[in-house]
Amino acid sequence: MMKHRLVAVFAVLILLMGSGACRKENKSALSPSQEGKVYEPEYGDTLIEGSIGDASTLLPHIASDSASHEIADLIYNGLVRYNKDLIIEGVLADSWKVSEDGLTITFNLRKNVKWHDGVPFTSKDVMFTYKLMIDPKTPTAYSGDFLRVKKAEAPDDYTFKVTYDKPFAPALITWSTWILPAHLLEGKDISNVEFGRNPVGTGPYKFKEWKTGEKIVIVSNNDYFEGRPYISRVIYRIIPDNQTMFLELQAGGVDEMGLTPLQYSRQTDTPPFRNNFQKFRYPSFGYTFLGFNLKDEKFKDKKIRHAISYAVNKKEIIDGVNLSLATESVGPYRSDMWANNPNVNKYPYNPEKSKLLFAEAGWKDSDGDGLLEKNGKKFEFTIITNQGNSMRARTAEIIQKNLKDVGINVKIRIVEWAAFLKDFIHKKNFEAIILGWSIPIEPDLYDVWHSSKTGPDELNFISFSNPEVDKLLEAGRSTFNLEERKKAYGRIQEILADEQPYVFLFVPDSLPAISARFKNIKPEPAGINYNFIKWFVPKELQKFTEMTP
Amino acid sequence: MGTYLIKRFGAMIPLLFGITLISFIVIHLAPGEPTDLATEFNPKASVQAKQQLRELYGLNKPLHVQYFDWLQRVVKFDFGRSFSPDRRLVIDKINERIWITIGINTISLFIIVLIAIPLGVFSATYQYSMFDKISTVIVFLGFAVPTFWLALLLMILFGVNLGWLPISGLKSIDYDNMTFIGKMLDLGRHIVLPLFVSVFGGFAGLSRYSRSNMLEVIRQDYITTARSKGLEERTVIGKHALRNALLPVITILGFSLPGLIGGSVIFETIFAIPGMGQLFYMAVMSRDYPVIMGELVIGAFLTLVGNLIADISYALADPRIRL
Amino acid sequence: MGGESFGKIFWRNFTKNRLALLGAAVVIVLFIVSIFASYLSSYSPDQIDVTQILNPPSRAHIFGTDELGRDVFTRILYGSRISLKVGFVAVGIATLIGVILGSISGFYGKWVDSLVMRVVDIMLCFPSFFLILAVISILEPSIYNIMIVIGVTGWMGVARLVRAEFLSLKERDFVVAARAIGAGNLRVMFSHVLPNAMAPVLVSATLGVAAAVLTESALSFLGIGVQPPTPSWGNILTEGKDNIEIAWWLSLFPGFAILITVLSYNLLGEGIRDSLDPRLNI
Repeated sequence: MMKHRLVAVFAVLILLMGSGACRKENKSALSPSQEGKVYEPEYGDTLIEGSIGDASTLLPHIASDSASHEIADLIYNGLVRYNKDLIIEGVLADSWKVSEDGLTITFNLRKNVKWHDGVPFTSKDVMFTYKLMIDPKTPTAYSGDFLRVKKAEAPDDYTFKVTYDKPFAPALITWSTWILPAHLLEGKDISNVEFGRNPVGTGPYKFKEWKTGEKIVIVSNNDYFEGRPYISRVIYRIIPDNQTMFLELQAGGVDEMGLTPLQYSRQTDTPPFRNNFQKFRYPSFGYTFLGFNLKDEKFKDKKIRHAISYAVNKKEIIDGVNLSLATESVGPYRSDMWANNPNVNKYPYNPEKSKLLFAEAGWKDSDGDGLLEKNGKKFEFTIITNQGNSMRARTAEIIQKNLKDVGINVKIRIVEWAAFLKDFIHKKNFEAIILGWSIPIEPDLYDVWHSSKTGPDELNFISFSNPEVDKLLEAGRSTFNLEERKKAYGRIQEILADEQPYVFLFVPDSLPAISARFKNIKPEPAGINYNFIKWFVPKELQKFTEMTP
Repeated sequence: MGTYLIKRFGAMIPLLFGITLISFIVIHLAPGEPTDLATEFNPKASVQAKQQLRELYGLNKPLHVQYFDWLQRVVKFDFGRSFSPDRRLVIDKINERIWITIGINTISLFIIVLIAIPLGVFSATYQYSMFDKISTVIVFLGFAVPTFWLALLLMILFGVNLGWLPISGLKSIDYDNMTFIGKMLDLGRHIVLPLFVSVFGGFAGLSRYSRSNMLEVIRQDYITTARSKGLEERTVIGKHALRNALLPVITILGFSLPGLIGGSVIFETIFAIPGMGQLFYMAVMSRDYPVIMGELVIGAFLTLVGNLIADISYALADPRIRL
Repeated sequence: MGGESFGKIFWRNFTKNRLALLGAAVVIVLFIVSIFASYLSSYSPDQIDVTQILNPPSRAHIFGTDELGRDVFTRILYGSRISLKVGFVAVGIATLIGVILGSISGFYGKWVDSLVMRVVDIMLCFPSFFLILAVISILEPSIYNIMIVIGVTGWMGVARLVRAEFLSLKERDFVVAARAIGAGNLRVMFSHVLPNAMAPVLVSATLGVAAAVLTESALSFLGIGVQPPTPSWGNILTEGKDNIEIAWWLSLFPGFAILITVLSYNLLGEGIRDSLDPRLNI
């Protein structure tokens, strides 16, 4: 998923999964006196989370903003989810079975789960959610995967069966979608209901209150089937400005927020901060890249793309933009993911080699002005990126400088998001672009790299087309066999590294800061939020004691 | 008076029409479309799904049809539904926030009047004195200081370093648990900084205007007459000069209205105040046409109303005017 | 009519007004600075140095460095070019439109006047910042669009001024005389009436530059003004806001630069206005 707002990224990154395996610094920073003290979990207190944007609706299927999804994740459940080690586990589904031919998935649903209003959860709700997703009248952007289902059945209250046309490996995680209550929404027009402002789910938290533009309050569901959450109340405070939010954090008005690299490294090392907050650092689930429009004459030659890749000083970008709080990216996956192939061509910073490659491709500085020419034309192009993301803007500026050093004139253009999509991306009216993708835990990359996905609204907007990759993408998603999938994706990464349709830049770190009174936060590959319902505040540290859950 | 009001309201109608027309044209210069954001680069959003959204929002009808559809509804105060995923009625979204903006702006205007007019009047009365010189400097600063800069500096000083005042929002987290007095105090503490910034940005014009008006009046013959009659300076100024100088000031108040409404964009965003300005900025960024047009129309409408009130007050205050 | 010429009176008043002189002096200095920016600093405004990120003021960098290690003093120097460019062109456009419409309206009167005044009224109803914001973010943020939009939304005051002058001067002797000897309408307008109307227009324009500078910096601050890497005082302030607790120099200096610029143009404008007022000669 594209994240076009830096700050939305940070709000989401808190809840996204991150890896602890390759990172060293993932210990919480507790004050000396608290170090080592073991607390018993207790119920109570409130966690105030800072959010840059207000949710648009708590019917997450028709929303595309991270705030809505974040809160929805606590109110609803899916049939499955990723656990702390990024393995799929059941939530509303006790267990599931994939048929021999890979075409059918049968879910056995958990019994004795109740909606927040007391009505029991059954397969009717799953069927309703499915029908809603494929209904053309539903204004959702996420219907794609559901439309692939050939047949859905609910033979009894606790069984749900879906059959696909072809084996579709990503299918399983599709069912991590938020399940909606049939008894409250059946027959209603989904775009006009008040339900989105007053949701009912099966999840660990129940909706309490929403003051638009100000806050959303959810309280613990004491009958939650995985156990009552320890933190009794969560409040999302809407503070549209990151700077203000940081001030609020320090003033105690907010308990948790994502820090920027600057805040993390320069503003949070004072004794008072260390005593009152814990910081975490782990790789996020996203990478930033420089993409080339492969239909542009200038970038058709692979050698040119290699040359540019050698010219870009990724370390300088990581140091300058992320203050070293990022890791270099060489492909579409994170290094700790099962599908990742570490043995691919890399392009370490080497301006000399870059100039050599340009020369081989016919670009030389013949008139001594410091810029490369070929047949009288200078090598220049424009990098565009979206407004509202200062990290991308600064990345562009460093790349601009790097390329100037090897003789290329780069202009930068920052475009407002909607125009960015409509006028530049969809019309493929660009030369080079800096953007970010989220790294899905499910490795299927069909939508981004398959040559068929080059339509105006689709994601392969650089027009990448490689028949071998196409075949491998098909193969990868059509089998449930992990070994086969791994081989296919491994080979895809080799090709991508060799072709360099993107210069893969970096994977930024997630940098959440949380009030020290919250205990039991342990970074794992999935991040820190996988066990949110087990976070607690010891009685003597609790700040908000009187409330009605 | 009644006929005057009717005439004025009548004149407002072509103005409103012009306002809505301009708003509509301006918005549709836009290269983006709202559905682009709803589907926001999501790998899971199929082309089919996006087409469905386009039809849902009526974006495939020709432009003039869209305008008249919209206009028909505006007349009934129906601004349609927001294009953002929450699909709420525009009028609801604006209604939630407009009172906050109006509230802050009204208090702000009140304080501005309390400060600016005496400042201007005394400056004029004691022209060229130290007071005049100093207040001139302050007034010029008021014109020249970028309010967003001031806001940030104040936030740091009072919010973080001194910790005296909260730095964002209108209410504290546990507002609902406070006593009535507590609530009032809480609101007050939250409003101090935004109000200060708003006032600082707005008082200069009024002060300057009252000063120059006062200066003009003082030079008038009737003042000289009053003085030569042997009246105390205090009466001369206080009774005769003042009333005449203040009349035009009332009309200026009406003209300050669009400035206050417009200025709210920046400080509402900085102080995280859920008002009209913040809504407008967000709507503009996401091409939420119905909300943008609703706000432009309502903003302009408020200005018209403000001017009307100013005119009426002027007429009431000035005995020479017969409506 | 005896005594001194208008120009002489103006000059005498002006030079007696210390604040106006101060304003004029600063305005001139700003001009010089923006033209000779490259001579005033050894750094280039886009000189990135990731080892010097957000350094406080020092001997090497008297105003400190920014998020990419660039010298802030240099960027502020070059930023003056943007502010002044936008200020002048925007005001130029606004004045041009205002003078034309105001002249036509005031001179021809009747329905032309009504129409133009209607348009003025409509435009004045919009909270101007709302309108500017809406249009800029719809078009694309570029220095040219900003200039045009600020200009196109700011002509109303000038138009009214010019119209008022026309209305009052229309019936004056010299105009009647000019027509009596057969001078054509346009000729009368431009060579006789207009020059007399110019004085208040000049004041308005000077003050307009100040307002335009403020508006441009507000737009850049919001991220929809001049785009990086081009330095503008407003977008340096954005960096200042983002780093307000650790980099006070990024906020203080550009904000100060805006303040001084706006202040000096205001002083100059007010000084001209006061100097033009013959009654001040008490």
